[in-house]
Amino acid sequence: MTYATETRDLTRIFKRKPKRHLLKRKSAKKNEKENGGPVTALDHVNLTIKEGELFGLLGPNGAGKTTLIKVLCTLLLPTSGSAYVAGFDVSKEVNQIRRKINMVSGGETSGYGLLTTRENIWMFSQFYGIPSKVAKERIDELMHTFGLYDKKNVKVRTLSTGERQKMNMIRGFVTDPEILFLDEPTLGLDVNASRTIREYIMNWVRKREHKTVLLTTHYMMEAEMMCDRVAIIDRGRILALDTPANLKRMIRKESTVQLEVDTLKSTAPIGGIKGIGNFSSKDDIAHGTTNLTIIVEDESAISDIMSAITAQGSRIRSMRKTDPTLEDVFISMVGKGLEE
Amino acid sequence: MFKQAAWLGWEMDSNWTEPGLFLIYSIIKPVAGAFILVLMSFVALFIGTGNPDLGKSAMFAYLFVGNAFFIYVASVLFGCFQVIQSDREWYQTIRYVYMSPINFYTYIVGRAASKVLLATIATAVTLAFGVFALHIDLSMSLWDIPLFLAVMVIGLLCVVAIGLCLAGLSFLTAKHTHGLAEGIPGMFYLFCGVIFPLSVLPGWGQSVGRALPITYWLEAIRRLILPSSQIAQVTTGLEQRDLAGIIALLLISTAFFFLLSILLFRMTEYLARKAGIIDMTTNY
Repeated sequence: MTYATETRDLTRIFKRKPKRHLLKRKSAKKNEKENGGPVTALDHVNLTIKEGELFGLLGPNGAGKTTLIKVLCTLLLPTSGSAYVAGFDVSKEVNQIRRKINMVSGGETSGYGLLTTRENIWMFSQFYGIPSKVAKERIDELMHTFGLYDKKNVKVRTLSTGERQKMNMIRGFVTDPEILFLDEPTLGLDVNASRTIREYIMNWVRKREHKTVLLTTHYMMEAEMMCDRVAIIDRGRILALDTPANLKRMIRKESTVQLEVDTLKSTAPIGGIKGIGNFSSKDDIAHGTTNLTIIVEDESAISDIMSAITAQGSRIRSMRKTDPTLEDVFISMVGKGLEE
Repeated sequence: MFKQAAWLGWEMDSNWTEPGLFLIYSIIKPVAGAFILVLMSFVALFIGTGNPDLGKSAMFAYLFVGNAFFIYVASVLFGCFQVIQSDREWYQTIRYVYMSPINFYTYIVGRAASKVLLATIATAVTLAFGVFALHIDLSMSLWDIPLFLAVMVIGLLCVVAIGLCLAGLSFLTAKHTHGLAEGIPGMFYLFCGVIFPLSVLPGWGQSVGRALPITYWLEAIRRLILPSSQIAQVTTGLEQRDLAGIIALLLISTAFFFLLSILLFRMTEYLARKAGIIDMTTNY
């Protein structure tokens, strides 16, 4: 069976350039120590994505999500291992891959500012050999869908960040790729725009045959709602891979307790309590609170948690036990929330 | 592919202002550039001979023609060189262009094509200014026109090939791009007989000049468009070779740089992919 994408022991290590000192010469070893040494962005990643799948890759900043997408998009060579897209090797069969893929990165403002929105998208469609007339029809249709039609003759430099992002989404879909890589596509977008984009992506995969999407996201809800399968990645390693429902089942025996307490001086005492899986904490400076999400393996630990909080002079404002979410799965595996 | 890249290049070069203003700019810029040369030569001739009649000076014609055609070199080299830099740093589109099923090498040639067009306008304006305002004597027989056009095409291919070598280097560096984009044409300006004939350079400088195809390109152009009586008055350092020999050397060196550009481009592209810097942004 040919997978949409497949990686085998894929590893990517980035070497850090040593800092140059004008006056002081440092040994290579000392320099490496000061710069933190090489960074392993992908560590023996084995991942297969099936054709027709909407696959989510969930991980914090620096987990290796973008590096994986860059390797699969032929922008970056693996350090070791191999990666295949539509059955073609990313290191050797670049041209065959490029005809079948496209990519959109969220949160960036790319585009030729002197061209109009329509010209910008049209130009990229021409790079993929799409007949000009077909491309123009598709562009108009997509512009209507994404609510950008009234900006079609406006120069890109005048677009807002959100509008540019919509333009880039259209650039990704206009070539009708077999495999679309979406790197945080809704990053920084308002609620309505995000919803439009999510719905379009889901329909695009479900209503067309042989279309595959690899989506990286920070938003748990997005992954849970959209993806057929989700992989959790941290520090270049795939920690878990399954459907969102199965991932949640993995921690069903555990319970999730959410607490809102007065700002804690330290969360270290909570980490030391027996019967706790993992936990995340987030300070809300405006309200003077700390929000804790704790995966509890043994419910008798709850009283110890409360004692640890009150011992710091902190007041418990609210506490609730919830069903596990994908975020809880993430905390249970990584030991911290996505936004920490 | 080439067509779309050329269209994009033209839009970027011409679309930054109103068409009328762009037309005025296209005429005034080369004339203003020529004025600097005129002033320098006027002073030099006045000090040297006390008779600053530029139109009658064979040396002034030599350097004026060299300078006019050097516009192509500076413009096309910069055009090739800045494609990667601008797509990377300013427009942040390089990853999407690079990962599309195009030949990136052809894309850069296409983007540089608009520079050829703009340089042609600038060179024509400069030459017209030289003929009508400074009375420089340009003459070419009808029979020489096809040969002149052939020399132009070969020379431009050569300049583009050198530009692609430099574009390849810009895959690997962001910090030194502007230095190279200014420095390399500057080196050609000095060693390729643009305003100084090879004969006035030291021995090693002459050797450098003889290794560079632009030297032969400019020499061939001068022999085709300047009267032979004027050419004979200037010790160019290439008198021992006839026009056929000059064109042969131009052809050989162009072929060499063309092959070099392909090899260097592939190598630097591979190294950039390996290092993960194809789409790096550095804010340099």
